[in-house]
Amino acid sequence: MWSTLITAVVTITGIALIAGLLLGFASRRLPASREPLVDQVNDVLPQTQCAQCGYPGCRPYASAIVHDGADINLCPPGGADTVRRLADMLGRDALPLAQARVTPGLTAVAFIDEEACIGCTHCRDACPVDAITGAHQFMHTIIAVECTGCELCVPRCPVDCIRMVPQ
Amino acid sequence: MSAPTYDLGTLHGGLRLPSEKTGSTAGAIRHMPIPDQLILPLAQHSGDPAQPVVGIGEKVLKGQLIADAEGALSAPVHAPSSGTVVAIEPWPVSRRLGEPAPCIVIECDGEDRAIDQPESRVPYESISPEDLQQKILQGGIVGLGGAGFPTAQKLMQATTTELDSLILNGVECEPYISCDDMLMREYAHEVLGGAKVLMHALGLEKCHVVLESDKPEALRAIGEAMAELGDPRLVLKQVPTIYPSGGEDQLVQLVINREVPSGGLPTDVGCVVQNVGTAAAVYRWLVEGEPLISRITTVTGDGVQNPQNVLARIGTLVSEIIAFAGGYTERANQLVIGGPMTGKSQSTDRVPLVKASNCILVLSRLLPVATEKPCIRCGECAIVCPVKLQPQQLYWFACTDNESKLRSHGLTDCIECGCCDLVCPSHIPLTASFRQAKARIKELADEKARAERARQRFESRTGRLEIAELKRQEELAEQKRTAKNAGKGAIRDMVERARGKKRPPKE
Repeated sequence: MWSTLITAVVTITGIALIAGLLLGFASRRLPASREPLVDQVNDVLPQTQCAQCGYPGCRPYASAIVHDGADINLCPPGGADTVRRLADMLGRDALPLAQARVTPGLTAVAFIDEEACIGCTHCRDACPVDAITGAHQFMHTIIAVECTGCELCVPRCPVDCIRMVPQ
Repeated sequence: MSAPTYDLGTLHGGLRLPSEKTGSTAGAIRHMPIPDQLILPLAQHSGDPAQPVVGIGEKVLKGQLIADAEGALSAPVHAPSSGTVVAIEPWPVSRRLGEPAPCIVIECDGEDRAIDQPESRVPYESISPEDLQQKILQGGIVGLGGAGFPTAQKLMQATTTELDSLILNGVECEPYISCDDMLMREYAHEVLGGAKVLMHALGLEKCHVVLESDKPEALRAIGEAMAELGDPRLVLKQVPTIYPSGGEDQLVQLVINREVPSGGLPTDVGCVVQNVGTAAAVYRWLVEGEPLISRITTVTGDGVQNPQNVLARIGTLVSEIIAFAGGYTERANQLVIGGPMTGKSQSTDRVPLVKASNCILVLSRLLPVATEKPCIRCGECAIVCPVKLQPQQLYWFACTDNESKLRSHGLTDCIECGCCDLVCPSHIPLTASFRQAKARIKELADEKARAERARQRFESRTGRLEIAELKRQEELAEQKRTAKNAGKGAIRDMVERARGKKRPPKE
C-alpha cells in the first residue's frame, strides 16, 4: 500500500517538475507579445493617430486603457461601434462618445496651399503618420493616400495654408 | 449541320428560361446611319478611364485615337466617325444607371472619312505574340460580352500562365439577347478569323467555338465557315441551353470539365474565354484596320415596335437606336441596358451605346416585385446556384453584416446571375443583397488596409523618434564626460571661448 502511495507521489511530482521546467524555459526563451491585451485593444482602434483621445496616438491610448484605466469612449473616429467593441472586450460599460475635435463621419485629407507654404516644417513634424513631405525652406506637400485626416497639422501652420478637403 | 455534344461536364443548377429571342432574330442585322452626335464615355471598360488626347474644336477622322489608355486595365477610345470634338463633359452613362460621367462629344460631319492606318495592315502572323497583344490594346478592344474587360490585358495576364485552349464564347444564355447569334450567322468568317488571331496572340493550338443548342442557324453558319477554312485547330462544340452556361467559369466547366477554383480565373485551369463578338472585333482591327468603333446590339422587348439587331456606332444615343427600331410601343415602361437577368435598369434613354452594351431591352411592365416574405429555408436557391453556394445562408450573414462568415461561405464567388431570385418562393431580393454585401466587404477591407498602413507608419515614426532621442541623450552624456575629464582649466577655456564668440573683440 505504501509503495503504491510513494509511486504515485513520485510520479506526479516528477511530471510537475518537468512541466514546470518546460514552462519556465518557454516563458524565458519564447517571449510572447509583451502586451497582448494592448495589441488587441489597438487592433480595434481606427489607427487615425489623431490624438483626439488626449494621447499621442492609437497605441498609447490602447496602453492607457489597459494600464491606467482610461475611459473607452475617447475615440471619435472609431465611433459608437468602437466603444461597443471595447466594452465587450474589456467587460466595461459602453459610455456615450466623447466630444470630437475633428468633424465626425467626414473623410477628409489635409491639403497644403503650396503658393502660401513657407517651408517651416512644423506641419511635417506634427504628422503622426509621416504623410507630409518637405524640407526646411522648401515647399511641403501632403501624401494624400497616407493622410488619416487627423487635422493635427492644421493648427501648427503659422501661415494657415493647410485646409481639409473632403475625399 | 449540328455539332456533336461530347465530353461535356455538367453545370450545377441553372435554369431553363424562356428564350424570347425570336422577335429580334426574325430579320437580318440592320445598319444604323451615322447620327449627328456621338457621345463617347472615357470609361467604357472595367478599369481606369482613358485620358483624352484631343481638344475641343479639333477635327477627328473615323478610327482616330481620341483617348488613350492610362493606368490599370484601361483601354483607348477611337472616334467612330469623322467630325469635330465639341465638348468633353459629363454625360449620363449606362454603367452608372444614368448618372453622369466624363464623355467626349463629337459632332459628326456625315462624311465618315477614315484615318489612314497603314501599320495596321501588317499581317498578324508576322508579329510576335507580345507585340500582337500590344496591338490589340491599341485597337481599344474590350470584352463585348457585357463586362467590358480590356481584351489585351486579359491576354497578357493569360500568357503568364500555362495554357492549353482558347474557348470562344458564343453561348448567349440570357433571355432576349441575340447579338452574338446574329453576328455568327452573318459574320462567321470574321469570328473564326478573330479566333485565329487570338490563338496566335496566346501561342495556342486549340480553340473550342462553343454555341448553345438553340441556335441552329448560327451553328450551321459557323460549321460551314469552318469547313471552308479547313483549320484543324478549330473545334465546334454545342452545349445545352441552360442559364447561366455562358458565364466564363460555367462555360469552362461545361466544355472541358474543369472547375475554376474559388477566387481564381479560367487561366488557373489552362484556358482563356473570349466572346465571339470580341473575336470579330479583333479580326476587324488586325485584318481590316478598323478599331472598335461599332457593335451589334439587340434592341428588343415588348416595349419596342420592331425588335431587331442593329449595327450601330459606339456613342450613338440609346434613344436614337430605339427610334431606329420603330420607337417605343405604348406599353413601354422600363429601359434596361444588358439582359433581363444581369442588365442595369436606366433612369434615362439619353445614354450612349458603349462597347459593352450588348442589349437594349424595353419592357412593358416593371419586373414583378412581389412583397418579400421571410425565408422558409426551402433550399431552392442552393439547388439552382451555378456556383454551388448556399444563398439562404449568405442572405442571413448579409443581413447581419457578418463579414467573416460571408467570406468563408464564398460570397465573392457569386456571379450575380439572379437564379436564386427567380426561384425564391418568398421573393427575397437575394442578388441585390449580395451585391450590397460585396460592396460592404470591399469597403471594410479597404478600411482595414488603410488602418494597418497608418499603424505601421505611426509605429515606425515613433521608433525613429525614440532612437533619435536616445542618440541625443548619449551625445549629451558624451560631451559632459569629455568636459569632466578635461579638468577645470579646459572648462574655463570653453567659457572664455563662448564669451569671445558672443562679443567679438573690437579692432
